Amino acid sequence: MRMPEPDTDVIAGRVRIAKDLSAIVSGDGVIADEDELRVYESDGLTAYQQIPLIVVLPANTAQVSGVLRYCHENGIKVVPRGAGTSLSGGALPLADGIILGLGKFNRVLEVDFDNRCAVVQPGVTNLAITGAVSHRGFYYAPDPSSQIACTIGGNVAENAGGVHCLKYGLTTNNVLGVEMVLINGEVVRLGGKQLDSGGYDLLGVLTGSEGLLGVITEVTVRILRAPATARALLIGFQSASAAGQCVADVIGAGIIPGGMEMMDKPAIHAAENFVHAGYPLDVEALLIVELDGPEAEVTHLIESVEDIARKVGAVHLRVSQSEEERQTFWAGRKAAFGAMGRISPDYLCMDGTIPRHRMPEVLNGIAEMSERFGLRCANVFHAGDGNLHPLILYDANTPGELEKAEEFGGDILRLCVKVGGVLTGEHGVGVEKRDLMGEMFSEDDMKQQQRLKCAFDADGLLNPGKVYPTLHRCAELGRMHVHHGQLKFPDIPRF
Amino acid sequence: MSESFRPNTLEQVAEAVTWAVAGKHSLQIAASGTKSTLGRDVEIANQLNLGAFRNISLYEPEELVISAGAATPLHKIEQALAKSNQQLAFEPAHLGRLLGAPTKRFGSDGGTLGGVIACNLAGPRRIRSGAARDHLLGFHAVSGRSEPFKSGGRVIKNVTGFDLSKLITGSFGTLAVMTEVSVRVLPTPEETRTVLVLGCRDEDGVRALTQALQSPYEVSGAAHLPSDVVVLSKISPIATAGGAVTAIRIEGPAPSVEVRCEAIRRLLAPFGAVEELSKKHSLAFWSEVRDVGFFVRDRERQIWKMSVPPTVGTAVAAALLSGTDGQCFYDWGGGLIWISLPSAPDARHELVRDAVAKSGGYATLIRAEPEVRARVPVFQPQPAPLAALTRRVKDGFDPARVLNPGRMYEGV
Repeated sequence: MRMPEPDTDVIAGRVRIAKDLSAIVSGDGVIADEDELRVYESDGLTAYQQIPLIVVLPANTAQVSGVLRYCHENGIKVVPRGAGTSLSGGALPLADGIILGLGKFNRVLEVDFDNRCAVVQPGVTNLAITGAVSHRGFYYAPDPSSQIACTIGGNVAENAGGVHCLKYGLTTNNVLGVEMVLINGEVVRLGGKQLDSGGYDLLGVLTGSEGLLGVITEVTVRILRAPATARALLIGFQSASAAGQCVADVIGAGIIPGGMEMMDKPAIHAAENFVHAGYPLDVEALLIVELDGPEAEVTHLIESVEDIARKVGAVHLRVSQSEEERQTFWAGRKAAFGAMGRISPDYLCMDGTIPRHRMPEVLNGIAEMSERFGLRCANVFHAGDGNLHPLILYDANTPGELEKAEEFGGDILRLCVKVGGVLTGEHGVGVEKRDLMGEMFSEDDMKQQQRLKCAFDADGLLNPGKVYPTLHRCAELGRMHVHHGQLKFPDIPRF
Repeated sequence: MSESFRPNTLEQVAEAVTWAVAGKHSLQIAASGTKSTLGRDVEIANQLNLGAFRNISLYEPEELVISAGAATPLHKIEQALAKSNQQLAFEPAHLGRLLGAPTKRFGSDGGTLGGVIACNLAGPRRIRSGAARDHLLGFHAVSGRSEPFKSGGRVIKNVTGFDLSKLITGSFGTLAVMTEVSVRVLPTPEETRTVLVLGCRDEDGVRALTQALQSPYEVSGAAHLPSDVVVLSKISPIATAGGAVTAIRIEGPAPSVEVRCEAIRRLLAPFGAVEELSKKHSLAFWSEVRDVGFFVRDRERQIWKMSVPPTVGTAVAAALLSGTDGQCFYDWGGGLIWISLPSAPDARHELVRDAVAKSGGYATLIRAEPEVRARVPVFQPQPAPLAALTRRVKDGFDPARVLNPGRMYEGV
């Protein structure tokens, strides 16, 4: 993984920079000791490590503003970090950049049930938001699998998803407003407690911008009344295409389940051996379909889904009869990643999205690749929205195997794009998929995206080396190329 | 001399923009023109009409996606979706009649899909299903640099690169010329009914809506009509209600709707007499709310749309209406206020901005005379750092200021 060439002058000035930053954040807010810095060398994508120049832990918006202004004036790169759970290396440090950690921003500032929103600091964990509102029967809907650890600031930066986003949307559909600090230290507010805010939807582009546009210091999220009840079906099929047909028919019948997950045979076996959820082992594909909502609706829809499943040839079908049983159905799926750790020293988790009806051919393609690369692969799949998580098993201690696994992963994502899908559904591009961006976007597409970056951060100081394979200079991107005298416009139809 | 381009291909769109950039001409981006009076009134000599981009190129009901040319009429999209029992869940408003557009020519007052996206429209279901911004999956466009580019895709879940779909939605044609869009679609609910609470004062009506929205009964529409607006309704059970109407829409599978309506009726009984609208009346009523049908007729009046935190809505409206014979009604559980005021040269904009500054929120002058929209800020004025950021974003897409210049803000 090639990162931007470190600036040796900045590295040489490390001690002075640490001293300057201490004047801004005071106390224990600056970490420059090498042993302590090592804690920050990776995020959830542990295949890559880099000791950061310095770690800064501001405690309030004024300090964030001061730190960013200082970095802007002195040309120092900044990598924002929440809990460091990114699976795509979004918070991978730079040798010549500071890590701006937002861990001290950990307070729920306001819960407003009447306006159905909560105002929180960015370092509050995803699950803690639900924790703050559950006593009145509310919750925060997006539920990435790292929700116990990941922070809302990171969720906004990555536009985090989860198993319920087919029905309840991603982070971007559940955030109402933010306070953010620009690289020059200016503080701006986007959105608020109201639903529509007008002007350019900068909140919309900030969400999912992977730390390249600004640093979030406050977030207002929508909270929803939790569904009255939820029940799940566990449905086994003899083929992936039968499972895929079931998913298509459920949606075709006008049913949008709260969650609809699929696992292939290797994933079923690994999960079952790990948590003994009672999964059938003699099926090729397993669906978990969860219906949630008012009791009467759930009962009605369970029957419809049962009918559909039988019609497309389900060979195993169970409906949860209790909350405990529903949790058991999910236990295997939720432990699928951990289960891989038991059968393989390391694994890479991919994250492409495909048009659902292309699933059988994509799974076949992955099986062929698995043979070609000589690496095992298990698939879990947010089946409702086509978000595929192939888990490539490898051993980092075997020389060359990580590279082989990465090549395998790259080929999977190329196949996803080829069938009309995308490189990443919810994990972000980060450093992991950065060099594959050209598979999906033309040079002009990426240049236009980077011009947005220029509006926020013309010097490219915020999280450089992530998302885009080449960061063009803003001066170059800003130039207009107009070809005087060669216009063909007289041919354009008029009216 | 002014030009009126009607390109047939992406290349021709790019050529027209190249012409504009080279000659420092400005282009009005248009298709059906239903919303041409929405925004600041600025003189734009030339028109770029997207009318030729009006075909549905892909519709896969089971994948919940439709792709179409930007100028595909909204009613054509809605008809296509209806055949598979699907819809645009964000329920875009058909604003042509409210804005006084000559809609006969186009056969509908809904305008085009691209227009809906450019204005980020939404209807009563906004509280549950979001706005246009939440449903645009990807698009093809030509920037003000005359470069074709694309963003997003056709799948629902996608975080690859910056989400320019959000940026283009609600940008009123000031950043790029959309040619093709992909939008998420959802099943149409099998049953729709509406619970009405009669005779509530505004504050109580909004409190009733709040309770309904805090309940687990999955409300998909929450509006309150004071008595002076009720009489403007074309739906007979509403018009003859004889007082204010607070309306709660329940949608879903029939057995579920039955149970939830009953629960909502019980929940809201303490607020006043409770009635229920049939499916037929329910559908017509929410279309009327969506399209602001009550304020269509009196063309002389100015109309503001305010998006505020729901609990402050009634106080904001009362402050603005005091001492006038204006009218208002509430949607989005009190968080959306439509206000109709007698025409004033300044559209009372300072009062409106004051009220919003105190409560938080956003106000847009939706309908007013051209000279008023030329003088008065139509969109909420921005604080300096945000205004500067907005101009820098414009620089990135349209540095020569050729696409709908000034439509949103001066110099943008």
